[in-house]
Amino acid sequence: MDFLRPETLAEALELKASRPDAVPIAGGTDVMVELNYDHRRPSALLDLTRIPELQQWSDGLRVGAGVPYARIIDELGTELPGLAMASRTVGSPQIRNRGTVGGNLGAASPAGDTHPVLLASGAVIEVASVRGTRMIPAAEFYLGVKRNALEPDELIVAVHLTPAKGPQQFSKVGTRNAMVIAVCSFGISLFPEENRVGAAVGSAAPTPRRAHEAEQFLASTLDFKNPRPLLDSVKREFGELVSRAASPIDDVRGSAAYRKHALAVMARRTLGWAWQELLAKTNGSEERPCA
Amino acid sequence: MRVNVTVNGEQRQADDVWEGESLLFVLRERLGLPGSKNACEQGECGSCTVYLDSVPVCACLVAAGQVQDRDVRTVEGLADGDTLDPVQEAFVEAGAVQCGFCTPGLVVAAHDLLDRVPKPSDPEIREALAGNLCRCTGYEKILDAVRLAASRR
Repeated sequence: MDFLRPETLAEALELKASRPDAVPIAGGTDVMVELNYDHRRPSALLDLTRIPELQQWSDGLRVGAGVPYARIIDELGTELPGLAMASRTVGSPQIRNRGTVGGNLGAASPAGDTHPVLLASGAVIEVASVRGTRMIPAAEFYLGVKRNALEPDELIVAVHLTPAKGPQQFSKVGTRNAMVIAVCSFGISLFPEENRVGAAVGSAAPTPRRAHEAEQFLASTLDFKNPRPLLDSVKREFGELVSRAASPIDDVRGSAAYRKHALAVMARRTLGWAWQELLAKTNGSEERPCA
Repeated sequence: MRVNVTVNGEQRQADDVWEGESLLFVLRERLGLPGSKNACEQGECGSCTVYLDSVPVCACLVAAGQVQDRDVRTVEGLADGDTLDPVQEAFVEAGAVQCGFCTPGLVVAAHDLLDRVPKPSDPEIREALAGNLCRCTGYEKILDAVRLAASRR
């Protein structure tokens, strides 16, 4: 096995072009488990932790693929509340200090915690190779169970997100708060100025996926400019549509029926929280969203 | 491959390191530092928690090659000679140690918490230690130890 240690992105892309079999490693929270358990013996590891471009972000917002969850939580929570919420549910402090959104995307597990948020908030994934750069909308990035749109010579460089234009929420079901792989998860982003909602489910289909009908239902039902308290019937219908967008399986973490049920509950609740925040903002009140 | 790394303030060198090896293996088997424990090897238990460039991480999830020219501080590097770190002292006094296997990881995690948050609330302590499993104590004595160490700061 070779250990490749590029210092710049250009160098990393050259190495990946000449060694497409090299496995990129950043936080190591997935790759090292596979190595420790002898599930994988790549011919080379491509260490991405020494490349400054990947550890930075710019206002706007382009978040380097190697920015650990802990820094997203601590330093980007105001601009990216949904991503920060999802990041907070990842693993443990030790894992959040190392794990990265780039790694979540690279692994492309249907249960990856940040995927629903990236889908709901319209993130675009920047990937690069010596051939150039591609911008891939999150909705086109996940191709199957642990399969993504990367070509063998490409690396995930950054995630492009706009600072939140409205309330965002994330919810995840697991057996405890820390160290759980999601039984199922849900992300919602409100775009009040565009009269639009983004909604996506995680761990409830072969890939993370958007709930298009649920999004369209809210866009056509709700008045974002003059928000009024939500009707229970709207929340219920939204929950039903989100649940219907999923195609979960029975597995060790939960049954398909449970996942469908839990998604409807999470969708109702997160919509309630997000709408409460919008109401409070619009009415200029100090009222805080509550559970 | 050869790995040069600063461990507990000392420049160390490990030779014949396999490229897929973890920092934990290097520490325990090549540098003679068995304080960090090897239990789950998948980042679940926190027993191998060490500081990497001042940030607590699971040593089992760091590739050996990633620590080249970096700074590692293990549980062995917390005491000052024979004088225990206040966190270690508190663990002893509070009876927070039973079989002791999880202790090094918990001590490092608690040490980091008190560096960042000198007077943590109970939820903050629980959150900070959420990545460290203990199968003996039921955690109550460990929480007592962290409260005790915080009270002495």
